[in-house]
Formats: sequence, C-alpha cells, structure tokens
Amino acid sequence: MALRQNENSLFYGVDKITVLTYALLVFMGWLNIYAAVYNEEHQNIFDTSQKYGKQLIWIGTAALIAFSILLIDAGFYTVFAYWFYGIVLLLCLLVPYLGREIKGSKSWFGVGGFGIQPAEFMKFATGLALAKFLSNENLVIVSRYRLRFKDLIKNYKNTLIAVSFLVAPLLVIKVLQDETGLAIVFVSFIIVLYREGLSINFLLFGILAVVLFVLSLVVTKISTLIIVLASITLVSFLFIKRSMRNLIIAGSVFVLASGMVLATKKVYEKLEPHQKVRINVLLGIGEVNLKDEGYNVHQAKIAIGSGGWAGKGYLKGTQTKYNFVPEQDTDFIFCTVGEEWGFLGSAVVILLELFLILRVIFLAERQRSSFSRIYGYGVASALFFHVAVNIGMNIGLMPVIGIPLPFFSYGGTSLWSFTILLFIFIKLDANRLLILR
Amino acid sequence: MNNNAHLGDRKFIIGGFFVLVAIIYIFRLFYIQVIDESYKIKAQQNAIEVRVDYPQRGVVYDRNGKYLVKNEPSYDLMVTPRLVKGCDTLALCQTLEITKAEFLKRIKKACQAPNSPRKESIFEKQMTSQRYATLQEKMYLFKGFYVQVRSVRKYPKPIAAHLLGYVGEVNKEITEKNPYYLDGDYIGITGMERGYEEALRGIKGKRKILKDVHNKEVGSFMEGKWDTAAVAGKSLYSTLDMDLQEYGERLMKGKKGAIVAIEPSTGEILAIISAPSYDPNLFVGVKERSKNYPVLRNDSTLPLFNRALQAMYPPGSTFKLIDALIGQDEGVINRNSGRYCPGGYPPMGGKPKCHGRHSVDLVSAIAVSCNTYFSYLFFDITSQKKFNKYADGFSNWRKKVMSFGPGTHLGTDLPYDAPGNVPSVNHYDKVFGKGRWYGNTIVSLGIGQAELTLVPLQMANVVATIANKGYYYVPHCVKGIGAEKVIDKKYTEKHYVAVQKEEYYINVIDGMQKCFEPGGTAYASRIPGFTACGKTGTAENPHGKSHAVFMAFAPRDNPKIVIAGLIENAGFGGTWTAPIVSLMIEKYLTGKITRPELEKRMEAVDLIRGKNLLTTEVH
Repeated sequence: MALRQNENSLFYGVDKITVLTYALLVFMGWLNIYAAVYNEEHQNIFDTSQKYGKQLIWIGTAALIAFSILLIDAGFYTVFAYWFYGIVLLLCLLVPYLGREIKGSKSWFGVGGFGIQPAEFMKFATGLALAKFLSNENLVIVSRYRLRFKDLIKNYKNTLIAVSFLVAPLLVIKVLQDETGLAIVFVSFIIVLYREGLSINFLLFGILAVVLFVLSLVVTKISTLIIVLASITLVSFLFIKRSMRNLIIAGSVFVLASGMVLATKKVYEKLEPHQKVRINVLLGIGEVNLKDEGYNVHQAKIAIGSGGWAGKGYLKGTQTKYNFVPEQDTDFIFCTVGEEWGFLGSAVVILLELFLILRVIFLAERQRSSFSRIYGYGVASALFFHVAVNIGMNIGLMPVIGIPLPFFSYGGTSLWSFTILLFIFIKLDANRLLILR
Repeated sequence: MNNNAHLGDRKFIIGGFFVLVAIIYIFRLFYIQVIDESYKIKAQQNAIEVRVDYPQRGVVYDRNGKYLVKNEPSYDLMVTPRLVKGCDTLALCQTLEITKAEFLKRIKKACQAPNSPRKESIFEKQMTSQRYATLQEKMYLFKGFYVQVRSVRKYPKPIAAHLLGYVGEVNKEITEKNPYYLDGDYIGITGMERGYEEALRGIKGKRKILKDVHNKEVGSFMEGKWDTAAVAGKSLYSTLDMDLQEYGERLMKGKKGAIVAIEPSTGEILAIISAPSYDPNLFVGVKERSKNYPVLRNDSTLPLFNRALQAMYPPGSTFKLIDALIGQDEGVINRNSGRYCPGGYPPMGGKPKCHGRHSVDLVSAIAVSCNTYFSYLFFDITSQKKFNKYADGFSNWRKKVMSFGPGTHLGTDLPYDAPGNVPSVNHYDKVFGKGRWYGNTIVSLGIGQAELTLVPLQMANVVATIANKGYYYVPHCVKGIGAEKVIDKKYTEKHYVAVQKEEYYINVIDGMQKCFEPGGTAYASRIPGFTACGKTGTAENPHGKSHAVFMAFAPRDNPKIVIAGLIENAGFGGTWTAPIVSLMIEKYLTGKITRPELEKRMEAVDLIRGKNLLTTEVH
C-alpha cells in the first residue's frame, strides 16, 4: 500500500471488502424494494409515504449507526456484553406489556410513525454474551473427546449455560411475543458452539431428528418406517465394531428414533393450524388450498419461476408489481429479484450473501482474540440462518417462517439490527492488531 | 478457552456446509427458473387477461340506401362480486326495479362457476338508455359495478322480420364447434343475420391487459404490442325494396301466406314476405326476446315460420306453365294444339274437374287454366313412345321440372330454405308397386297437385325464368357486402333451364298475358298502363279451402319485376292473391296506386280472424 493509513483514522483496519459487500447488498435491496412497491403515481425515490422512501431513511440512519459503532472503542462491546444481553432481554420481556400492537403482533415499540422490534437486537446481544462467556480461558465445553459419565455433568454444566444463552431469548420471544421467526433464529448459534467444541453428534442428532420428523409425516405407514429404521440399525452392525458399548449406543439410537417417529404425529397434531399448514405446504402433504394456505409459497414460486434465465427486466415483473405475492417487500423480497432479474440475478444475490458470510468466517478465523472470533461466528451463523431460511421459503425448500433477508428486506429494525451485528464485528476486526484480548 | 488446533478444522466444515446450502439453492433456482416452464404459464394466467372488444355489427341497407337494420347502444351492468363493498344495495335495487332477494340471487350466480367472484359477469342485461341514464348518476354508490356498452339491433321499420332474422347469444354447441365464439357472444340465429354472419360480425378485437392480485386492470401487456383492434362488421347492401316490402306486408296483414318479388334480370329479391309476421324489434335484447319469443312461438298462425322459404305448398295451376314449356320442348304440343274440355279429364272419368266446357289451344288453355288440357299434356309428355318404360318418361319430365328449381335447394343466400318436392320414380314404385303406375295414375301432378310442392321462393324463381325466357339467377337478398360491394360470383351466373327455345316461352307468355285480359283468370286485377303477364292457381290441400296462388311479371317486354304469392286456405288465386300481387307490381313500377278501393278492400280482408269483406268470388 502506497500510503500508510493513519492509525487514528476512524477507518483504520476496517475490512473494506466486507463493508463494500454490505453496501452493495443494501443498495440492491433498496432497488428491489422500489420495484416491489413501484407505483407510477409515486416515482420520486424520496417520497417517504412510500416504502422505498422510508427505506432510504432507514439506510441513512443505519449508516449513522455504523459510523457510531466504528467510533466507539472496541473494548466497550467486550466489557458491556452481558449488559447488552440483559437490557435487550428485559426489553423483550416488557414489550408485550408496554409495546404497541402492529399487525396483531405485540413485539413492537412505537416511535412516532416508526416501529422497532427489540427482539431484532437480541441477535447481536446474544452474540456478544455468548462470545464473552465462551472466551473465558478456563472454560471447556464438550469436545469431541469421549468423556466418562462422571465428567459429563461437570462439562455439560458450561455447555448448558452456553445453550441457555440462546434458549432464553428463544423462549421469551416465542412464548411471550409469539414471534416464531424471530425466536427460531437463535438456534443458529448452535453453529458457534460447534465451532467452539460442541460434539458433532449433537448436530447430527439434530439433523437426524429433522429427517425423521419429515419422514414420519411424509410416510403414511409408520410401521414401514420403523421396520426400515430397524434394518438400518442391523445393517450398521456389519460395519462397526461389535462391542457391548456400540450395541447399547446403536440400540438406544434405534429406540430414540422410533420413539421420535411415533411422537411426531402426536406433536404434529398439537401444532397450531397455520403451522401445520406451513409444514403441509412445504412437504406437499395433506390438502393444501393454493388460494389460501398455500397461496404465499405458490405465488412466490410462480413469481420466481417466471423470471426465467435473465428475468423480465427491472420494474417489469408482473407478479410482484401487481401484488400477487404478499409481503413481497419484506419476507418475500427475493421474489422480486427472481422475477425481474431471473436466475442470474438470484444467483448473484445468493453468492453475494454467501460471500459476505464466508468473508466474516475468514475474518473471524484471523482474530487473535477468542471473543472476536466467537462473535464473528455468531454473526456468520445468524446471517446464514436468515439467508438460508428466507430464500429457502421463497423457493419452496423451507417452511414459511417470517424472517427477513439480511440487508435486503424492507424494514428499519432488521436493517439496523443486521448493521449493528455486522459492524460490531467489523470494529472488533479492525482492532485485532491493536489489542490482544 | 483455548483455540485448539483440532477445532480449527471445523471452519472448513462450517464453511463447506454454507457453500453446500448455497449450491443446493442455486440448483433449485436453476430448476424452477430455467428448466421448469410451468411457472411462466402460471404467471401469465395470473396477471394477463385477454379482453375482447366487440365490434359494431354491420348495418343493412335496402336497395335504395335506406336503413333496414341499424345499431343502437345497449348497456349491460357488470359486476365483480369481490369488489362490491359498501354498495348501496337499496338504491341499486330501486333503480333496477328488483327485490333484495333477486339482488342476492344474482350476486350468488355471479360468484358461482363458470363465473367467479374475481371475474366480472353480467348483472343486468341490455338496459334501456333511460335506465342507464338514471343509473349513471348514482354509479358512484355502486362499487364493484360498471356499465359495459355494446350495440344492439334497431329496426327503423317493423318489416322483413323473417328475411332479416335475429341475433342471439351463442350456445354451448356453437362455442364448442367454432372457437371464434366465446360465451356471451352474439351470433345471427336466422335470416340474413345468419346467412351473412361472417360479414356482419366483424372481427373481435383482443387486448391483453395486466391485472393485479385484486383483478383490477392496471395496464396493457407489452404496451399493447400484441393487441388487435376490433374491426367493425361490414355493411350489407340488400336487394330489398323497403317500400315494396312494407307495402306487401301491409296488404298481407290478416292473411297467412307468402309473397316473393324478384328482379328477373338480376335475381335480386325485391320483397320477401311471410305472413303473419312480427316486429323484429320484439327480438332485440335478451329480455325482450325471452318475453316475446314464447308468445310468438305458441301462436297458432305460426308467425315465426318463414313461409316464403320453408312452407312447401302445392303450386296448383301455376305449375301448368312448366308443363306447357316442357310439352313444347318435347314436341308433344305446339302453339296450335287444341283440346276440347268437357268439364273434366275424360280418361279418368272427369277428374280432375275443370270449370266449364270449352275448346282451348295452348295460349287460351293457360289463360283460362284448363285442367283437362294440362292433364292430357302431362300424360302425353310422360307417356311418349320414345321411352321404353313409363318410368323413364316420368324421370325425363321430372328432370326438366327440377331444372326450374322445384325439388332442389336454389342456393340462395338465406339459410333454411326448403327444397319442395317433386316426387320420384322410387316414391311411386313404393306407393303403387314397380311398373304398376302410369300417366293417368298420377295425372294430377300435371296440374300442380298431388305430392308436388314448391316453396314460394321457387315459385317466384319459375316466373323469373319464364320472364327471362330460359334462365334465372339464384335469387339473393344481398347485392353488396362492405365498402367494395362484392358478392359471391354464384349470384351473377345465369342458370339455364331445360327448355331453351324462345318461341316456347313466347307462347306461354302470350297465355299469361291473356290472363289479365277479358276472360282471363286475373282480369279483375289488370294493372292500368302496363302489360303484365300472370297465372292463377288454386291449390287444393288437405288443410281446408284451397290456397290462392298467383304469379306474374311486368312489364311484358323487359320485365322489371316478377312476383309469386300465395294465401293459405283463401280460395281462388285470381280473387285473393292476384289483386295483392298486382297492387305490388303497380306500386313497384310506378310508385303509386291508381286503384285505392282495391287496395283498401284487400287490406281490410282478415282471413285469420274470419273477416271477409269480399262478398263475391270472381272466377
């Protein structure tokens, strides 16, 4: 570099690639919001009666927030990590009682004409708190090393504490606010725990559970499924060491799996109708009315599918422009991309989001401080979860869970929260050479 | 905690997992966006609707450029049930004069298949312009409703209902057979409306419009690149003379029958009357038609029946003209061939009967319409020695008769014409047994009775052929379509009949002229100032009194008009039909009537209601 950057400069050490990718995504997001709510009568982009006008305000304020974060000393986030967590969690607890009801959801604090969802800010707070807890030098969470039973409780204690950092907001937001989308995001922090040593078996069990859940709903005859499970268990004996221990493990896996299969139907029956329907829509089981329950997903697929190779052209999408897809400026913003920019545009968006996430992982891995690294993984995991679930539901690979596409979807709270989430990490990364924590 | 080296590898697993998910998503996108075409079709169905612009149906002019058929705007009230919100139901019901229950019934109908709450459908059809005006003032109260303007037929004069026909909504059978027609389209059902449907209907315009999710129109697809404009239907220039038609219909009031007038030099139909008739305006609009149709349909005088084209009547004595021509052509008789008539046909014991005793030659036989003379003639034509079998002689006669039109479809431009009937050898073989019938068995054919039937249009065509001395043009009612005024070539081609020698025709025409002279059967109906030629007929039939038939043309040289007329169950042709025909000829040729008493008398006759002001029958 020809010019050495001033170490006191605000932007010293700031990863330009990340910031540029961020800016690019936000800009593309805005373009698509404009297209989604495009209206010939309101073409002025600064028209704040329209969502793209409002989004411009959100973007401006998000930039201010980003600057502020870069201004504040990186130590601030480390020191006050638990405080952030505590305060935001408290707000989440209070919002059902003090907040304003918007669209039937009691998760908003009203500020003038704008609303703010504290649950959105729980993400970075959880990331910080988790990073603080896990970066404790003497802490070991369950690693891949085999443990004797007596060690389990001691070691699992820390794991359980770590897990409760994400379970607490999950429960508060799900139970008190009934915001499944906002709540389920916290599951993504499991990836952070995995990176820090949680046994892969937990993840595999999780995946197995999901697979079994799906199978037991899709396969009508439960007995067939259990017979298949039994056969798999028996066949697996041919490949593993036939010790008593393995026998017990395999046996209990089989019993658990069968129990899970049997329980699934019961659990499924207990789900709320709209949740059942979402699962039905995704798995293509049961009777789905494309005019009602299945409408969103069906219309989203039509919009995206009709985009073809290179799309219909900017502002030329008929499906999005004429409101065939509900929520097309927020959770279903990807439809606009799919319809107007086609396969090429959609792939670019996915690749850009992927690039940002991988860049964050890359940056996280170069941190000398565990805190920064763990927080970085938190950022990457949360972003990944949002992108995967949001785009997944747009293209019919995931059930409809109301969560936004990072940097893309319309909405101040989500843009702010993702900006805060990312820029705290950018700040931590910028400081990596200065301080060793 | 410390960053163990072995945990460092996990970044690859995590990163790899992220990349894997991204790849799966991109593959999925590739599938639904590039490979699977179904979504593109569905998107089209979602947002693009083809709207039809209805063109104006072509108007119809008479031969002098006067409107026979015009268009008038009609107003359909359309409803899109989903958009009906806060509609002032009471006001709407009051304006349309319907009950609340009826309102709900119609809304329900608009919601059910094949309609849909999202689609507009007709709520009230063809409102009057007055109702439209009152409705228009309050339209802002009726959200979800709008008025669609279409045009309906308007007949300035209540005439020629059978000729013009009417338009109606297409039925399922038509929409299935012909993809041009969609539900709710109109099509010509009868008459000219049907015969010239393709010219009259024009070309429907198609607009592809974009709709939003609420089915609201939001613009045109591709800025209307694929839209086509509606092309108005072509005007028809009819051959009809409105004044003659109107006059004829006036004279035929109170009578059952038909009159067809043709210009022989072109085959153009000048008037075509089927009585009783009805006001064609009664069939304009679905509501009007559904109200009036059953009434007319159940009328015992069959006003919907187009007698001019479809009623197969025995021609009676008028048929003797054809016999006279064929007889000369076969060399069986000539102008001077005479017969003595003892008041009946002797070989069959005096049947068929004839009026009075007289000696006649060919010309006077025609003038006095001698049954005996033509019975002999028919026998002679069919029983000639040159034929091995009687059946061959009969077939020869039949073939020549049919060349004049009877027993065939003339190929006119009006739909549903009946062919009439000239009985065949097979028919008689079946009735009497093969070889067991001969000339005298069926001799009444020779005087236009028995199984022989013609429709009035064919009768007129026979006169036209005689007036032309050997050929006819296919009678037609349209002489020009659209601005270029073209018509099918088949209407400008001469059709030559089996008898060609001019001399034969002159002999027959001499007889016809005598008909209007003292002692002739139509002397009372002579037309002052013109040499007209005619032939009376009194066709016996199983339905009561004889049908009164009369055919004529005028003037003798260079004929301008031929007319054939028939009044059902009236009696003698010279008494009933000849005066009406002669009045029409006079009206057409001079534009005025010199015999107002006759006109008044004929007009006053009401055979349907039993009023008969003619006290004496003139034979």
